[in-house]
Amino acid sequence: MRKTVLSLVIAIVACAMVFAGGSSESDSTVVKIGVFEPASGDNGAGGKQETLGIQYANSLTPTVMIGDTEYTVELVLADNESSNDRAASAAATLVNAGASVVLGSYGSGVSIAGSDTFRVAGVPAIGITCTNPQVTEGNSHYFRICYLDPFQGTVLANYAYNELGARKVYCLAKLGDDYSGGLVNYFVEQFTSLGGEVVSETFPDGNSDFTSYIANAKNSGCEVFFSPVSTEAAQLIINQSDSQGLGMPILAGDTWDSNVILQAALGKNADITVTTFYPEGADPEFDAAFKEWVNADSTRLANNGGDDTISAVTAMGYDAYYFALQAIQNAGSTDPADIMDALWTTEIDGVTGHIALDDVNGDAIRNTVYVKHANTTTGGWDALPAVVVD
Amino acid sequence: MADFFHQNLSYFLSGISVGGQYALIAIGYTMVYGILRLINFAHGDVFMCAGLMMVYFSSSLPFAISIPAVLLLTLLLGFVIERVAYKPLRSAPRMSVMISAIGVSYLLQNAALYFTGGLAKVYPEIPFLSRSVQIWGATTRVVTLVTPVLTVVLVVLLTLLIKHTKIGMAMRAVSRDFETSQLMGIKINRVISMTFMLGSILAAVASLLYFTNYASVTPTSGAMPGLKAFVAAVFGGIGSIPGAVIGAFIIGICENIIKGGASIFGIPGSGWTTFSDAFTFAFLIIVLIVRPTGLFGEKSVDKV
Repeated sequence: MRKTVLSLVIAIVACAMVFAGGSSESDSTVVKIGVFEPASGDNGAGGKQETLGIQYANSLTPTVMIGDTEYTVELVLADNESSNDRAASAAATLVNAGASVVLGSYGSGVSIAGSDTFRVAGVPAIGITCTNPQVTEGNSHYFRICYLDPFQGTVLANYAYNELGARKVYCLAKLGDDYSGGLVNYFVEQFTSLGGEVVSETFPDGNSDFTSYIANAKNSGCEVFFSPVSTEAAQLIINQSDSQGLGMPILAGDTWDSNVILQAALGKNADITVTTFYPEGADPEFDAAFKEWVNADSTRLANNGGDDTISAVTAMGYDAYYFALQAIQNAGSTDPADIMDALWTTEIDGVTGHIALDDVNGDAIRNTVYVKHANTTTGGWDALPAVVVD
Repeated sequence: MADFFHQNLSYFLSGISVGGQYALIAIGYTMVYGILRLINFAHGDVFMCAGLMMVYFSSSLPFAISIPAVLLLTLLLGFVIERVAYKPLRSAPRMSVMISAIGVSYLLQNAALYFTGGLAKVYPEIPFLSRSVQIWGATTRVVTLVTPVLTVVLVVLLTLLIKHTKIGMAMRAVSRDFETSQLMGIKINRVISMTFMLGSILAAVASLLYFTNYASVTPTSGAMPGLKAFVAAVFGGIGSIPGAVIGAFIIGICENIIKGGASIFGIPGSGWTTFSDAFTFAFLIIVLIVRPTGLFGEKSVDKV
């Protein structure tokens, strides 16, 4: 008898949990923007910083005018856990919640994995910092406001060859990771066409022992260590390169522009140069106001990695929000299909520069890459001259 | 030959050190299996929890207090897990206990996800262990040298405990025959608790050494080392302590030789590194085909 009662109670509780999710009624003057970002896993730190930029923009401009009606913007968050196999269900959560447009994700792999769900539902998505070409290639629903890996890889290869004077480079990517694998690929293409030589290796998922890769780089006589991997692996690489005496500059892409890297490099013997979307100090007004907003709340501060350094992804998230608002305004409707049409011609002047999309894949037309060098004594970034490609 | 070792010393050092860390975790698997015939899937996560505790404690306490506190609390964690999740299932089928172990593993991972917010935590630098040293031309950390020594010392102590103390004798009796030893007046629950506490404290020591080298703790940090240590335990013959230790060293060293394959064997650009994990598990399959009981495994005796 007791057992039957117990099973019954468990069954009822389980049902209640299932139905608890679906009770919210949609308001007619609310427009929902989906935030498709990782809050955990390999890219959790970066995803949280990008989300912060979106939330900050939302706190400044919580409404949008569609025609003559003022709509309230509601952010719907879904954690894709930095995992390609969770991305589709996170994307489905956003579609089911009725998002008119989706922002994200940090990390190209999850963006590609979630893309199909958005396509089927007819919801437009705006990639913020996912740089792999495949995200927008061959589809009409995924847009992007940052530059692409072929561009970034070329700039990095030129930088390694011309500025650092390297002729042999060690490349390390994560096995099965679209972002690092893709970027290394474009880097190798350009670097070998310049006449340089590369040693390219990959490490498996869940690996935390990089000492052997560092030894490989040293033993093969390389002059630069190129490793555009997730910040989580980056922490370990920086730490172990210091203890193993790597003794060569480390070069990486936009993911490394994070205070996680600065904290890991603080006080270490590490020479780290990264390319990025936005250098702190480019827009002092934005910087100051954002810092004040972050410092006002301990959760925000924790999500930003414990201090008020501004990541490029935060500035990009901020711009992405305004870009989406502009598109909604241009569309004059909350219907995803109208917004998708309007996105092609939407333009804004953001803190990271002028944003307009090309008419082939819906990628941003950008020609500037910012370069930063990690200062291991102050724990900040030193800006190096930006690279402009015509 | 000496030249070969000299050139590739850093690979061997990494291998020996990571092998020692796997060994300390593997002992926990093998001891619990020896006594309960249970594969304790939560063991890798106990290891991760010890790492996280250290991150939180060291932010406010000096190492002299935080290290013993971590050891003690991990020991307590092992004890509580056994009492709450395994003891009530003592008479249940073995499969139920195993499912319970998988449940505990996910519980610990998700609790850690909740507390850390999903972000990697930077492990503190323990002053003596994190120092860089030069030996024979290779740069490494003190912890790399300390690990194998400490592992051997702990294993010798453990063997002495099992061979020469009353509780050790009780453990051996229980592992030989669960029911008869109960009839002979051995307090079986005490012996089992003791086994879990020993396993956990060794996992805590392993976490100190491992995370000092690989200084980032995430909720899934325990999964890979746990899995590799389990492979080591099976490889050496599950239930046998020396087997687990030797298995762990072999796996640690082989893994790093594969990673350094291009440089060690002079075959550049062969992409060997990609297969370092695949190799570990393929190795296990081969060993099990040739010797189903592992290197030092007990021969299975059919009792009537």
